[in-house]
Amino acid sequence: MESKSFTTGNRDNPNTDLHGSKNMMASHFLRALFRIQQTSTSSSSFAGRSRRIRRAAYASMAYSAGARRAWSRALLRKLRSRARLRFPRRLSRTARPQRRDMDQAQVLRKLVPGGPSMDYCKLLEETADYIRCLTTQVRLMQTVMDSISSYAHHPMIP
Amino acid sequence: MSSRRSRVSEEEINELISKLQSLLPEARRRGGGRASAAKLLKETCNYIRSLNREVDDLSGRLSALMATMDHNSAEAEIIRSLLRQ
Repeated sequence: MESKSFTTGNRDNPNTDLHGSKNMMASHFLRALFRIQQTSTSSSSFAGRSRRIRRAAYASMAYSAGARRAWSRALLRKLRSRARLRFPRRLSRTARPQRRDMDQAQVLRKLVPGGPSMDYCKLLEETADYIRCLTTQVRLMQTVMDSISSYAHHPMIP
Repeated sequence: MSSRRSRVSEEEINELISKLQSLLPEARRRGGGRASAAKLLKETCNYIRSLNREVDDLSGRLSALMATMDHNSAEAEIIRSLLRQ
């Protein structure tokens, strides 16, 4: 996988209006990682730390979009209520008849924060933004992974 | 609602749908503008689920990596990462 600088983005996403929020996402997420590392003890469970990192990921996404988006407002509400962050994993268990796009919209509403209260048009808009944000967060996490693991293999001499 | 009005709405919806299509990775797109809205929404749902799984996976890997480093070296590297952004 070619390595790309996280902030300069890549060819297939010329969406430069993300740039400022990318930085905010990165600094929020890194600060959260730092806190998690500092408050982790040798007795902290792997699963517990994973859950905290995952939560920090969605929090960074939500804060970077802030109040500007319905999905981020819904996500922030969820985070603040301290409820467990759950997203539907499985495909619907119902039989697979030919679905109209309105039925698929219902499935999509469950996947996008705040989806249930959006009309079709709004859902499509919010989904696009949510996907852009999710892919940015994934790239961020990959970048952090790469830099931490390269350090682990090649520790720098102070 | 006049028929003219509903035509505009339909255009708007089609535009939003094709914008979504452009966000899907190559492998998930289904031939140009011919893709039915239903298929496209289905692929969108699949893509979101896979992104959620990637976040889960990367969280686990970061957790494991952080466990192997003591507080000082992890701190230094995280700060260095921050400065590089």
